[in-house]
Amino acid sequence: MQRKILVAALVLLLCMALVGACTKPAQKPAEPAKPAEEPKEFNVGFIYVGPVGDAGWTWAHDQGRQYLEKNVPGVKTYFVESVPEGADCEREIRRLVEQSNCKVVFTTSFGFMDGTLNVAKEYPDRVFMHCSGYKMDKNMGNYFGRMYQPRYLSGIVAGKMTKSNKIGYVAAFSIPEVVRGINAFTLGVRSVNPKATVKVVWTNTWYDPAKEKEAAKSLLAVGCDVIAQHQDTPGPQQAAQEAGKYGVGYNSDMSSFAPKAHLTAPVWNWGPYYVRVVKAVMDGTWKPEAYWGGMADGIVDLAPFGPMVPDDVKKLVEDKKQEIISGKWDVFWGPIKDQSGKVRVAEGQKMTDQEMLSFDWFVEGVEGTIK
Amino acid sequence: MDWVLAVSICQAAVTAGTPILFAALGEILAERAGVLNLGVEGMMLVGAVSGFLVTVRTGSPWLGLLGALVAGGLMALIHAALCVGLRANQVVSGLALTLFGTGLSGYLGKPVIGVPAPSTFRTVEVPVLADIPFLGPVVFGHDYLVYISYLLVPALWFFLYRTRPGLHMRAVGENPAAADAMGINVGWTRYIYTVAGGVLAGAGGAYLSLAYAPTWLENMTAGRGWIAVALVIFAGWNPLVALAGSYLFGGVDALGLRIQAVGTVVPSFFLSMLPYIFTILVLLVSTRGGRRLGAPGALGLAYDREGH
Repeated sequence: MQRKILVAALVLLLCMALVGACTKPAQKPAEPAKPAEEPKEFNVGFIYVGPVGDAGWTWAHDQGRQYLEKNVPGVKTYFVESVPEGADCEREIRRLVEQSNCKVVFTTSFGFMDGTLNVAKEYPDRVFMHCSGYKMDKNMGNYFGRMYQPRYLSGIVAGKMTKSNKIGYVAAFSIPEVVRGINAFTLGVRSVNPKATVKVVWTNTWYDPAKEKEAAKSLLAVGCDVIAQHQDTPGPQQAAQEAGKYGVGYNSDMSSFAPKAHLTAPVWNWGPYYVRVVKAVMDGTWKPEAYWGGMADGIVDLAPFGPMVPDDVKKLVEDKKQEIISGKWDVFWGPIKDQSGKVRVAEGQKMTDQEMLSFDWFVEGVEGTIK
Repeated sequence: MDWVLAVSICQAAVTAGTPILFAALGEILAERAGVLNLGVEGMMLVGAVSGFLVTVRTGSPWLGLLGALVAGGLMALIHAALCVGLRANQVVSGLALTLFGTGLSGYLGKPVIGVPAPSTFRTVEVPVLADIPFLGPVVFGHDYLVYISYLLVPALWFFLYRTRPGLHMRAVGENPAAADAMGINVGWTRYIYTVAGGVLAGAGGAYLSLAYAPTWLENMTAGRGWIAVALVIFAGWNPLVALAGSYLFGGVDALGLRIQAVGTVVPSFFLSMLPYIFTILVLLVSTRGGRRLGAPGALGLAYDREGH
């Protein structure tokens, strides 16, 4: 009997240690930092799909959270990391509302969409913002960024830097978001180097550093000398560095992982948007919106270039960037041909957001299949 | 498929298989002594993060490896204390260990995210042998940890089947009551091999963070601990078969990616499925007629001298 109690106590201890390690609020609620200056606290919550230490997607959102806390006085943030997608997330969202008294909750993965909507209906006086989905309500909006714009720019760099005219692309899943990125990147590559092709390898995972690295190695083995990626870890660039080739990152400036290979990276910059939303809610001016911001808003951008990128390439990218920001031109404006050479978007025609959000074909120059 | 590609696939099979091999060898030790440890994933993660932390602090990957071995062993000690010492349910304790290890490694690793390792295990080609066509690069074009795993496999096989302590250990796993009657200390034997299993799982983790990746990212094992557990069954608790099996598991992943890079249209999902189908087939074949070929008789059962 004593033994059973001891076992139970030990298991309980393990569980508590686990919970303690996994779900930590960003700050302890019991310590108001400067009560004299900021009497009124405004709590904001974040739900992450991965660990903040992934150096990729979730890390970028967490940078945005820290930016928000630094730039809006009186805001206190809470976050829960590694929340599984699906119905489970509802409990965590509710916890942020009930226990941490969050006025605004950001849920940062596609799979949180329905859960966010359900909780939003329960708390009509709070605001919920869901990233990368499409559902809305009176107190729920969604937001995302036009990542394809900086991807096009990173394609220009890759197209200029390749010598073998073969560029590898390590991609997670064949969903429209990823296909759109590959297409934008390839259009960028071919705008400066029509002979170059982009070879795609699917890993069927968002997060497996070793497998992503292996995928990059397989591309290097068939002669690719620049490796781009749509994954959540820096594995592909590390493979490029080991082979003495170049890499284009994603999500955040991953240059520290592979300094010799790092050309640039299309990156997320959520901070200013989080500030804007939270300020609007504080002022009472917030309205539900479906936000898809581009480079003009700064929500997506290009990481600083590596030292090997020559000045004329930097200038080329900068010019194109200004064209995109000014609205004079965008990536998916015709003429665009598909893999078979058929014109899919005619000269003078522009793809609509709806068409871009359901991309299911590759542009000319991509080697690979959507399956 | 050309020659260069074949070499590259086989080479990748060895690299991708090595972390699984270390962990599977460790699990064979524990299970042969009768202790089922489902905490492999957790032990690998804690090993990976400890190895990386020590390497960052000291600059030496060898000290890092030592740290990973110790950390993996300590994790297994928790399992041993619960399951052998207190006779808790081994499945529950193992699962708890995986959850615990995932959380603990994430917590410990916070300060070193994005920090490049000052030094890692690099490829060291074996002189002369590395020049043999095909076999040279595939077998002898790796880092020290891979060579250590080569030596470990026959050593463990010899220990298991050709030495007295190995026989004692197997006796404890097959029939602890009989072993006890023979004068073997069942509790101590199980403690020792469970911890040894954790040490090897730690080595598997260190391979990921110090040689393969080499960096620390949360949850970087991505399920390899579970593959190792499946591999032990696949291998019929035999280190030699585990070697072949881990390269098969690793090779199928490498093959799936390389086939895509060459441009052949075989669905990648299909290829990722193959190792698991093999495991199920082996299970089917080996359990036909109610017999469990190779599985230690007392696997998963706590031993109590009074028999309850």
